[in-house]
Amino acid sequence: MSVNGRPIELVLDARKLLVDVLREDLGLTGTHIGCEQGSCGACTVLVDGRPVRSCIMLGVQAEGCDVTTVEGITPEDGLNPMQQAFKDHHGLQCGFCTPGFLTTLAGVTPDAYPDEESVRELLSGNLCRCTGYEGILDAVLAAWGRDR
Amino acid sequence: MKPPPFKYARPESLDEVLGILSEHGGEARVLAGGQSLIPLLNFRLARPEVLVDIALVKELRRLAVERGVLRIGAAVTQNAVERSSDVARLCPLLKKALPFVGHLQNRMRGTVVGSIAHADPAAEVPAVTLALEATMVARSARGVREIPADRFFLGPFTTALAQDEILVEVRFPSSKKTRAAVAEVAPRSGDFAIAGVAGEVVTTRAGKVRDIALAMFGVGGSPQRLHEVEARLTGERVTDDLLDQVAALTRHTAQADSEDVHADAAYRARVSGELVRRAVREMTR
Repeated sequence: MSVNGRPIELVLDARKLLVDVLREDLGLTGTHIGCEQGSCGACTVLVDGRPVRSCIMLGVQAEGCDVTTVEGITPEDGLNPMQQAFKDHHGLQCGFCTPGFLTTLAGVTPDAYPDEESVRELLSGNLCRCTGYEGILDAVLAAWGRDR
Repeated sequence: MKPPPFKYARPESLDEVLGILSEHGGEARVLAGGQSLIPLLNFRLARPEVLVDIALVKELRRLAVERGVLRIGAAVTQNAVERSSDVARLCPLLKKALPFVGHLQNRMRGTVVGSIAHADPAAEVPAVTLALEATMVARSARGVREIPADRFFLGPFTTALAQDEILVEVRFPSSKKTRAAVAEVAPRSGDFAIAGVAGEVVTTRAGKVRDIALAMFGVGGSPQRLHEVEARLTGERVTDDLLDQVAALTRHTAQADSEDVHADAAYRARVSGELVRRAVREMTR
């Protein structure tokens, strides 16, 4: 597979979850482990450009795939526009859920979420226990150039 | 938790898949999107000896329309089906139901056929197959078998599939009904429904119900077709009075035997009437 554009070759236990491969074998600890049952979204990564839950995907299922983690969408020197918007609009507090939100948002096209209701629905796949979501919603709408 | 150990196979041909299922019988499980199976492994509620990953089997990745029939292969994701213009045209109810299945991240990997084979009593897609009178296509080393939706779901997580069979395809006949609706109650958006109703209808020019199909999920151990409610509505103009009557009829005829931490059976029966009212009203408005 490739991870953040880098070709990776690994021999894995079949039962090892993709999130554990990323964190333990590759040291990419930006991807977090929350519920381990596919509900909370903290472990979201992009597989072939699509946001998926890496806690309910086996590492071996990613064979041949392009995997992108939060490290892969972060510029070397600073923040990408969505990250900056999260910072500006108090879209995070403890930060545990943030990588999941950012990877989800990196894997969608804003046009598919034309109104606030559809953005809320999109964000419902990621849980945040700090912000109450208002800051996150503000950040997304601002980064997508929309007024709220 | 983490999954228990298992052997993993990722064959490229259906014959190899069938060979493994035939060799290991009940000890092998098919892995498609894994959105139900891998959580079960993480919880160690499932401990298969062998997982057969079908991701590389080309013939299972087909989403096609043939002679007006929509055919969805076992490896086709819910997201791909949701975005298909053929599905929007031929099976509006299926398109309408899929956004209720988990969240976007789940639908990127989860499959329509996997949801059917898993047969969770609270799942939307099995109810849609009942309402649309879909046909399941099962394969094993012994041959091929077609099973109508109304004989496929036998109970919670239990289907007519034999241990050496894989559900390779679901076929939806094109529907003559023009409007569809899904109504459900769930603790939060994207959660499994406590109860829900999926249906579609075609009305006459005069606004009367010409033909209607309704199926309920989450209320009993399997999805249920609401034949008596359909019969009561057919030929009628939908009024508030009639909606009251069909809500009551649903409450009395629903086989409500699912109980869990979220709701008891009595609540499920009660809410099923209200959900039928909402779905029928939305479709005939």
